[in-house]
Amino acid sequence: MTTASIPWMQSDVARRPLVERLHDWVTTVDHKRLGILYVVYALVLLVVAGIEAAIMRIQLMAPHNDFVSPQVFNRMFTMHGTTMIFFVAMPLVFGFANYLVPLMIGARDMAFPRLNAFSFWLTAFGGVLLHFSFLGGSGLYGAGTAPDVGWFAYAPLTAKTFSPGHSTDYWTLALLVSGFGSIGTAINILTTILCLRCPGMTLGRMPLFAWLSLTMAGLVILAVSPLSAAQMMLLVDRYLGGHFFDTQAGGSAVIWMHFFWVFGHPEVYVLVIPAFAVVSEIIPVFSRKPIFGYPVMVAATVCIGFISMSVWAHHMFTVGMSPAANGFFVLSTMAIAVPTGIKIFNWLATMWGGTIQFRTPMLFCTGFLFQFLIGGLTGVMLACAPFDWQLGGSYFLVAHFHYVIVGAILFALFGGFYYWFPKVSGRMCSETLGKLHFWLFLIGFHLTFDCMHVPGILGMPRRIYTYEPGRGWDAWNLWVTIGVVFQGLGTLVFVGNLVWSYFEGDRAGSDPWDAWTLEWSTESPPPVYNFAALPVVRSRRPLWDLKHPEDPDWKYEQ
Amino acid sequence: MYGLIAAEAAIFTIFVVAYLFYVGKSLVGPLPNEVLHAPVFLTICLLSSSLTIHRAVAALRRARMRTFELWWAFTIALGAVFLGGTAREWHHLIYDQGLTIRTNLFGTSYYSLVGLHAFHVTVGLLGLLTVLLLGLGGRVGQEHTERLDVLSLYWHFVDAVWIVVFTVVYVIGR
Repeated sequence: MTTASIPWMQSDVARRPLVERLHDWVTTVDHKRLGILYVVYALVLLVVAGIEAAIMRIQLMAPHNDFVSPQVFNRMFTMHGTTMIFFVAMPLVFGFANYLVPLMIGARDMAFPRLNAFSFWLTAFGGVLLHFSFLGGSGLYGAGTAPDVGWFAYAPLTAKTFSPGHSTDYWTLALLVSGFGSIGTAINILTTILCLRCPGMTLGRMPLFAWLSLTMAGLVILAVSPLSAAQMMLLVDRYLGGHFFDTQAGGSAVIWMHFFWVFGHPEVYVLVIPAFAVVSEIIPVFSRKPIFGYPVMVAATVCIGFISMSVWAHHMFTVGMSPAANGFFVLSTMAIAVPTGIKIFNWLATMWGGTIQFRTPMLFCTGFLFQFLIGGLTGVMLACAPFDWQLGGSYFLVAHFHYVIVGAILFALFGGFYYWFPKVSGRMCSETLGKLHFWLFLIGFHLTFDCMHVPGILGMPRRIYTYEPGRGWDAWNLWVTIGVVFQGLGTLVFVGNLVWSYFEGDRAGSDPWDAWTLEWSTESPPPVYNFAALPVVRSRRPLWDLKHPEDPDWKYEQ
Repeated sequence: MYGLIAAEAAIFTIFVVAYLFYVGKSLVGPLPNEVLHAPVFLTICLLSSSLTIHRAVAALRRARMRTFELWWAFTIALGAVFLGGTAREWHHLIYDQGLTIRTNLFGTSYYSLVGLHAFHVTVGLLGLLTVLLLGLGGRVGQEHTERLDVLSLYWHFVDAVWIVVFTVVYVIGR
């Protein structure tokens, strides 16, 4: 394997004017720069959507609170959900995949660099369009500003009668536009992985990150397209006077639910599979052992991908479906816990007997394992239709999916930030600040989302803007809000750490973690062309082979 | 392209499911069995255009430019006939039968599904036309065979979708 590249230093080149450098960023088609753009964009909106969440929590801190009006509260939970899923989580996973996949499989760029840039800007303008509704949503009618129909926008709330003005149009157009962006990027990732692997990089030798990104891209293609189709129908209803979701004319509100959740449930796996991908790279490196059961991990992932297409209606138990449909979706939902369980045991087996180094990335991954397990277990509870009838519309459900999305996905991605920051910036993150971030966020997370389960069990419905005192919910809600303060502080430390480390951190060198995948064979940050000569790979851990020529992996792998 | 086709297929699937779901659910007329007539001639036109585009690319592969341009232009003509036929059908439905997208559920789902397909035919025709103009200008050569293979794949997909749409709208839906 050859990794020679021409030494290139920032200081060799005279700094160019700011306008020119900005112009470079706007017109870039380089997968690394687009990856960074995705991630930075997502971080900005993470803060925006986080503030929206904080507003809701302040409102619910005490009974009969009047911090915001009911209308504003509805807008807040709609915007929080929509932004977090479509304009924070999706860009984050696309950003990671964009930056890392070509480096990991030994390619110089994505298969379609210009499509890549186009997709990013579609996603970016989708987010702008959604948030522009705060200004332009009332349109000519003087009604409402931001969309307030919930993130899954059930019919008939979205009909002209119930959503006058343009706020819902902003919602649907933003999702349509960013959906096309997502499909473009997914096609790009798929093609890159299938067509641009370097010599020797067979599918069986690909890093798990690439395998999981491949599955994620396939899911995006099959899941986001139905959402786009449903948005087109909603537009037909709203603009051309169609009757798809108009129950007055014989249309069906339930079919919108089906169309939405046909997208909505695979979407969960679109987000969590990249989190698995990050964890599958970090845990082996910090346990100093190769991943346990590589082929089984790949099989379990692909299996999750397939099953996730057939579980959507478990979001609709409370709607009232036939016993046959209920039975099918209960069983398929429980079945998906099996490959997921296999993955958890494989990560544990990777750590078992390893020399574990609890650096910041590993801390976050350990938190991920624990929290994902609990989020998964409450998921199995909610998969039982009778249990779901009881708690489906309550805060228990809200606590469950935040356990998965924050406790698992966000924790894993935080770990990914600390792990790959040295590669992207050439500087190490501060360990002290990183650990402070971890503990603050861990405490805040558990305060908020552990406590949130209880009022749910006590009967507190979701989406209410206030509640009566004396139902046993008061103290729990206060604790939930206190947890938000810790999470906010943790996020501040995180952003501070990134900024400080970018300017003041120690130089990282090309391979600070003594890792084994190809991205660590390039300099930090990698040159524009990634690899001066394409590497040749003979095993799953090409860098191990390079560092240990006396005992290379390819002697043992089939 | 296969990725794009998978995504497009998923979009069409949702529209087809909606159409099938709403068959017989319209509260007021006109109903499909009163107004729809199977466009057999147009279907033959569109499906045979798959054959002609295949012949065109095959001719290009063997660098026979004149044959390529002829088959290619013939493909465009067939596609245009199909599109014109759809336009006539819609004109008849709207002005003679009084069926618009707001009339009833049949109108909503019919115009959306057939319209989505017609939109794809239009996009395909624009692509084909661009290639024809470039070809007449002498800018298309044997080295472009692979790219035109991709375009012809898209055209085959549009034709295949029509088979589904035809079955759903004109056979099952009546």
